[in-house]
Amino acid sequence: MSTLWFWIVAAMIATYVVLDGFDIGAGAIYLLAAKTNDERRRVLRAIGPVWDGNEVWLLAAGGTLYFAFPKLYASSFSGFYLPLMMVLWLLMLRAIGIEFRAHIEHSVWQDFFDVVFSVSSILLAVFFGAALGNVVRGVPLDATGYFFEPLWTNFKLNADIGVLDWYTVLIGVMALVTLTAHGSYYVALKTDADLGRRARGFALLCWPLQFFLTFSALVATYFIRPTIMANYRNHPIGILIPIVVVACLAVMLWANPKGKEKLAFIASGLYIAFMLVGAAFALYPVVLSAREHQYDLTIYNSAAGSHGLRVGLVWWTLGAILAVGYFVFVYWKFRGKVQLGEGHY
Amino acid sequence: MDSALLIHRLHFAFTITFHYLFPELTMGLALLIVVLKTIALRRNDPLYNEAARFWAKIFGINFVLGVVTGIPMEFQFGTNWSHFSRFAGGVIGQTLAMEGMFAFFLESAFIGLFLFGEKKLSPRAHWWSAVGVFLGSWLSGYFIIATDAFMQYPVGYYKASDGSLQLASFWDFVLNPWAGWQYAHNMSGAAITGAFIMTSVGAFYLLSNKWTAHARIFVKTGVIAGCIFSVLQIFPTGDRQGKMVTELQPATLAAMEGLFHGQTQAPLVIIGQPNDQQGKIDNPLQVPGMLSMLTYKRWSAHVRGLDAFPRQDWPGNIPLLYYSYHIMVGLGTFFIAIMAVALLLLWSGKLFNARWMLWILMLAAPFPYIANTAGWMTAELGRQPWLVYGLMRTEDGYSTLVSAGNAMFTLLGFMGMYMVLGILGLFLLWREIDHGPAVPSLSNLQLPTDATGEAR
Repeated sequence: MSTLWFWIVAAMIATYVVLDGFDIGAGAIYLLAAKTNDERRRVLRAIGPVWDGNEVWLLAAGGTLYFAFPKLYASSFSGFYLPLMMVLWLLMLRAIGIEFRAHIEHSVWQDFFDVVFSVSSILLAVFFGAALGNVVRGVPLDATGYFFEPLWTNFKLNADIGVLDWYTVLIGVMALVTLTAHGSYYVALKTDADLGRRARGFALLCWPLQFFLTFSALVATYFIRPTIMANYRNHPIGILIPIVVVACLAVMLWANPKGKEKLAFIASGLYIAFMLVGAAFALYPVVLSAREHQYDLTIYNSAAGSHGLRVGLVWWTLGAILAVGYFVFVYWKFRGKVQLGEGHY
Repeated sequence: MDSALLIHRLHFAFTITFHYLFPELTMGLALLIVVLKTIALRRNDPLYNEAARFWAKIFGINFVLGVVTGIPMEFQFGTNWSHFSRFAGGVIGQTLAMEGMFAFFLESAFIGLFLFGEKKLSPRAHWWSAVGVFLGSWLSGYFIIATDAFMQYPVGYYKASDGSLQLASFWDFVLNPWAGWQYAHNMSGAAITGAFIMTSVGAFYLLSNKWTAHARIFVKTGVIAGCIFSVLQIFPTGDRQGKMVTELQPATLAAMEGLFHGQTQAPLVIIGQPNDQQGKIDNPLQVPGMLSMLTYKRWSAHVRGLDAFPRQDWPGNIPLLYYSYHIMVGLGTFFIAIMAVALLLLWSGKLFNARWMLWILMLAAPFPYIANTAGWMTAELGRQPWLVYGLMRTEDGYSTLVSAGNAMFTLLGFMGMYMVLGILGLFLLWREIDHGPAVPSLSNLQLPTDATGEAR
């Protein structure tokens, strides 16, 4: 039962990153790709009706994590106290950047919120990547099941590890590049003319970086946590995951210059999902690894009671079916290239 | 009090108090917008559609602020109250996750359609999107109330071998008897906020002689709704909530009422300052026997005072609890009074010209916010010294590894951030109000007739 919830939570987090990832990525290229007011409004209109729904996946994934693994939630959220609070502030700034800009037609007001939106998007991408890096690398959990980590150290190699160190920053940069590419495909898909062309250009620029960072991250992960390969050795089916990842990279390289934005966007989404699934596969059954492995939080010692988990499966399934229904409906209603006309943004 | 505990408590209190200023209006307006849109659809009246569109703009700004200030709430269960999450997460995780799965997805999907999709949808489909937003926000309210109800009156759990609480019965937990009346009381309070704000803006337009056709709709809708919910707020919801406190949290009742010594024919203190050093009310103005009557329906009934309970089980801040409760009740009574007078004037057709009443209605806007905040303070201060009533004390629930200095840093950060959000929000709301309901363009006027023809 707890194995099932492990995968449900992993799938919800992956869904969050794939969905909110494209509007965060759109924010990352926003200042450079969209130069005129019209173009900026187009980008905002492309993400406007959906970004809030996308972000709900973070809340729903957080809620589900809390419900299924309360001890993990308690340890990780209090341990990553400062970085999480900064994520919260960035999420707030990003939201008002998107939503408040259109209320006043004044270039100073709009320039201000443009920068707020774009900078907070870029920082969020890096923070989310660093968070993943921390979970993979492990944290100083002790016998009480708690830890508290400094934000950063002196950045020397092999020094005491903080929330931000060389490894987590590497993963953070990888996340930024990945989401920038993802957002670029989305903007290219939803807009045309100069803006669409520029977005395609950004995606093209990101590709070699993404390719290089994917492999450096894998190598770095192997050095930092040699045990990461154990699950792949024991369950060779897992090899399919990196194969899909590489295939997605190839499709992105092939589809983008041919103007097949939709295919490139889907491949980018799958790339993100499978990178995260690959990490989850490698970690299982550990949910938060400790430096000393006897203190690892696993699905066995951090899950909620079995009755609660069984009951949850009933309503979760119902909720998930409804949620997918809403999303299909909303994306279908707002399908196609965006047009500027009357309305918000 | 340990300073880290104090700062973690202030952290949650500050963020939740600021947050709740937005959802109460969101939930109240969601209901009233559905009412306006229903009338627009039934009567095919474009004026009601414009009224709904105007309130949708206010709603949109308010909703964004509610969302961004709401995200930290879920996080703080883990960041600042990790021992509590470890202890009770196996039970309250149910409702918090359900809120995400059922309420937030519903709300977020329909808010986009509701705010940006009017042109893409038929009038009936757009009405459904308003209903979706209403259901999502009111459902969200229930899950939060059910979570709080567990902290007030824990049911449906068992204690696992590691000391944590785990779910024993889903239905007992979700249908907690405490949650039912608390939910009704809270939602009625939110509807009051919505109604008073709508009335206030309408009264402002009437007084400034602008948008008078729309303003009459606002005032009429707001006064009728305000009157209904102000009455429901006291009876039956407030009355029943009070009886639950009497029965299940007797020490809380004694502290709320400032009853230091138990007695028969207990008096109801209307005004007076609790003096918890000497265990009495200073300068009291009280109605003899009234408290016995209200709680037990008998003038002679004995009501237990604080002296019936060990000192360490008294709510920690008795004066603040007492004032919160008295402010809530006092304002609740005031709401009934002004809404009843306004309704009489409306009924006799004099309200729109009664400038003195319009002034009162316009200036009343802040009071529902104060009353709702005071009500929540009563509930949460009243629960002290317990975090989960009878099971976990507040001092055992916070994140001990997050030092006072770290918590202070983020508390100050939130204060700064929320000051900016508050100023921006007020500024934008004022602009929308100043701008008023949009003049209907020709294309807007044609829209309802075309589309209804195809919908029927």
